[in-house]
Amino acid sequence: MKNASGSVAGGGLKLGVLLMATPLLLWLLLLVILPHLDLLMVSLRERISYGKYAFSFTNYIEFFTEPLYWNTYVRTATMSILATALTLVIGFPISYYIAKVMRGRGKSVLFLMCLIPFWVSELVRTFGWMILLRESGVISHFLQWAGLVDGPVEMLYNDVTIMVGLVYTSMLFMVVPLVSVLDSLDDSLIEAGYDLGGNAFTVTRDIVIPHAMPGIASGCIVVFMLTLGNYLTPNLLGGKSSLWFTEQIYTQFITRFNWESGSAFGFLLLVLSSLIVWLGLKLSRQTLSDTVG
Amino acid sequence: MADQFDLECRDVVKKFGQFTAVDQVSLTIPQGSFFSILGPSGCGKTTLLRMLAGFIEPTAGDILIKGKSVLGVAPNRRPVNMVFQHLALFPMMNVAQNVAYGLRRRGVGRATIDKKVAETLARVGLPDSGQKQISQLSGGQKQRIAIARCLVLEPAVLLLDEPLGALDLKLREHMKVELKQLQHEIGTTFVYITHDQSEALVMSDQVAVMNAGRFEQVGTPQELYYQPDTPFVAGFVGESNRWQGTFETVADGKAIIRLDSGGVIYTDPTQVTNPDLVAGQRMDVFVRPEAITIAAKGQGPVATSGLNAMQGRVENLLFNGAASSVQLRETTTGHEMNVALPQTGAFAGLRNGDELDLSWSAGQTKCFPNTKPAQADASGEAVA
Amino acid sequence: MIPSIPQSRYAKGIYGAYVTLFFVYLAAPLVVVGVFAFNDSLFPSMPWEGATLAWFFGDTAPYIGIFHDSALLRSIGTSAFVAVWVTLLSVTVGTCNAFLFERARFPGKNLLYMLAISPLVIPGVILGISILVFSNAIANGVEEAIGWDLDFLRPGLFLVIIGQFAFITTITTLVISARLRKFDITLEEAALNLGASRADAIRTITIPYLKPALIGAAIVSFLMSFENFNTTLMLVGSDAPLTIAMFDRLKQGSTPALNALSLLLMVVSGGLALISVFAQRDRSSK
Repeated sequence: MKNASGSVAGGGLKLGVLLMATPLLLWLLLLVILPHLDLLMVSLRERISYGKYAFSFTNYIEFFTEPLYWNTYVRTATMSILATALTLVIGFPISYYIAKVMRGRGKSVLFLMCLIPFWVSELVRTFGWMILLRESGVISHFLQWAGLVDGPVEMLYNDVTIMVGLVYTSMLFMVVPLVSVLDSLDDSLIEAGYDLGGNAFTVTRDIVIPHAMPGIASGCIVVFMLTLGNYLTPNLLGGKSSLWFTEQIYTQFITRFNWESGSAFGFLLLVLSSLIVWLGLKLSRQTLSDTVG
Repeated sequence: MADQFDLECRDVVKKFGQFTAVDQVSLTIPQGSFFSILGPSGCGKTTLLRMLAGFIEPTAGDILIKGKSVLGVAPNRRPVNMVFQHLALFPMMNVAQNVAYGLRRRGVGRATIDKKVAETLARVGLPDSGQKQISQLSGGQKQRIAIARCLVLEPAVLLLDEPLGALDLKLREHMKVELKQLQHEIGTTFVYITHDQSEALVMSDQVAVMNAGRFEQVGTPQELYYQPDTPFVAGFVGESNRWQGTFETVADGKAIIRLDSGGVIYTDPTQVTNPDLVAGQRMDVFVRPEAITIAAKGQGPVATSGLNAMQGRVENLLFNGAASSVQLRETTTGHEMNVALPQTGAFAGLRNGDELDLSWSAGQTKCFPNTKPAQADASGEAVA
Repeated sequence: MIPSIPQSRYAKGIYGAYVTLFFVYLAAPLVVVGVFAFNDSLFPSMPWEGATLAWFFGDTAPYIGIFHDSALLRSIGTSAFVAVWVTLLSVTVGTCNAFLFERARFPGKNLLYMLAISPLVIPGVILGISILVFSNAIANGVEEAIGWDLDFLRPGLFLVIIGQFAFITTITTLVISARLRKFDITLEEAALNLGASRADAIRTITIPYLKPALIGAAIVSFLMSFENFNTTLMLVGSDAPLTIAMFDRLKQGSTPALNALSLLLMVVSGGLALISVFAQRDRSSK
């Protein structure tokens, strides 16, 4: 009976709802649904002559027959999964430290310190890594000064560097959901775990991780999605050897002006991303609205 | 003379789909009185109050404020104001801004607003709290600000939706007295809904007992307590020992009811609301714990047609100062009873297992014809 | 594990060291970017040649400080222009959406909600190309049918604004909905009861209550737009926003002017971030 307040608006409700829904519908239809449908359509056609197109699977066939494309695709997916796993492994103890070990002011300060770097543009962060890692960079100079190496060391343009950059860039999206989910874990549950004979390992496995599962799922999904779609970090830190799939899409669209095949690549990336997000949700038994909401 | 009443409901009905939340409720509330609607949760009292405030439109019937129908009048145009269950003070405003809110909506001038706000705050005993934030107030102070926010608009009727529910016990006891005093001083009509009988009895001039969408009885607290009209009122207001039995006959001006658990109880036939009693009629019997006199075993009076007498064995002593009582089991029938202990301390030495003589006059026994089957109403077996 | 459970000093020490190391990892790239803004050298790299402010204020080649670098300054202006529009649009639409999802009941609500959060799981590059392809199709269609050349549907600032708006609106919707969900509807009823009209109640009670979320959402939108790269990259025309301009410079090899600019960006966005954190902290809840 408490919720009967909706009746106050009476007959005006229907029109009001329609009015309010207009921007939402326009946004979703014009900027999300139709563009992606169009992307699919374009990916399924072939240019016969100027301004003339025919339905065909050519773009997809090309993708599967050309090893460069196929390998880049698989490589991007594997590297993204690896980066997600690493981010989780590195970020979990940090989140736990912030949520459960720290108290009071120190806790909010530490949490803020975690957040602030990520308000800075990804470009600036990547730039920082370039200054650190390049041949004439800080770390190379430090190693020479310490006498550990003889000449300058180039640490850019390899897979490890890409991974360092990707993990760095994704950390926020792992730490925030993890801290908030761990914060909601009652200390007395951990105490009870110990009281009943558990140790650090069993309590973490049986109590902390199951409780943190929604946070883990949401962190992993967002990190994976962002990594897969990343362009800057692999491009700047990996240079020519980065072989990231978004670069392929960019090349097809902007350099080669082959929109048909670019659309097909884009669609394939979208399918991969959706598929793995869906799998992650299924495995962790979460729903998308729980995860982002 | 309808305009003598601040508030009147005529056969108000509210249905949510198939469910009838409020069923044919009529009431009249004279100006300046403290009127309570008392009922268990889900009885429809909140729905009724929200209809008075205008948040829900009745399915049928009419609501009149100061003699004028307010059907179809939006909540912001009704001359009633409401103190919400959780007070609904605006957290983004300070105390003065909260109190001034309604006046500002009416477009009252700034100077007038300031003056009225100051007056009203003084009236509720918080003269210097205007600049305080809501979060700085105690529970009791919030209560008073919520009332002040309504009073400043000089409403015809002030509606209060269980505003004491969120307070702790001690503060609640205190606020009961304070609210009654406040209402007495300002003279505005209060309509107060609650499920707590003690709140209703202590504060009200008139109480309506509501059950399953209907008014069971409207009367002063004394009438409800001493002359309940229905078994529900007898069971819901105050505590009672309860039996079920069958009407047998009238002898010597007293009705005799044979109890299901054995034995008979004498009651005054005028107590029976239904005048045409027939033998075999099912009856509900109620006796207040404080109506029963106790005596040491063998020293109590013998049962006569005007006097009920029983023996009981002490099962549990419930010591609570002046409100102490004892739970007994009737020796012959095993029926559980609750009896108030005299406040003189005469039975201070009572122990579990002691046997006592119990007696009460036929006039103290309320009974009502029961139309339901014998087993249906087992809810308030001994003490309601 | 938690402070109330005793642990060996050894374990505590290792944990503490790990956390410290992590924060060094977090801070290192930002610190070097900032420090090298003051390096009196033509390249943002070792060795350290002494301190200078030339990369901020210098006006003689090759020491062109950012305050005299007209190309970079123009790109900052472009980014700000885009960000202001994206912020206005996405906060407005986000507020509408929040009221719709939290207050109204209508068929298909769950489906619409799923669609509304879907831009979060669409990689930015793909959102960019899909809008590019679609707007191009419309522009071509219009041109063929009635001969109008709808220039704004070709790569350029309009498409950048639209593209960023497409996913930033999801974020504003979520931020504002979360706050609206916590709103106690009886506050609005109390306002009605005290004589406010429905519009008055929303203006005087609901909107002030939402203010922290609105400010927070606006700051987040502004920063996300200002710093967006992926979607912008696909939709950009001749006017390059800052991220695109910086990216081009980075690819070519940069002077420490870029560090100086980055430092300023860090200060501004760090400040905005702090404001948004404090704006969203609820003062009334203790």
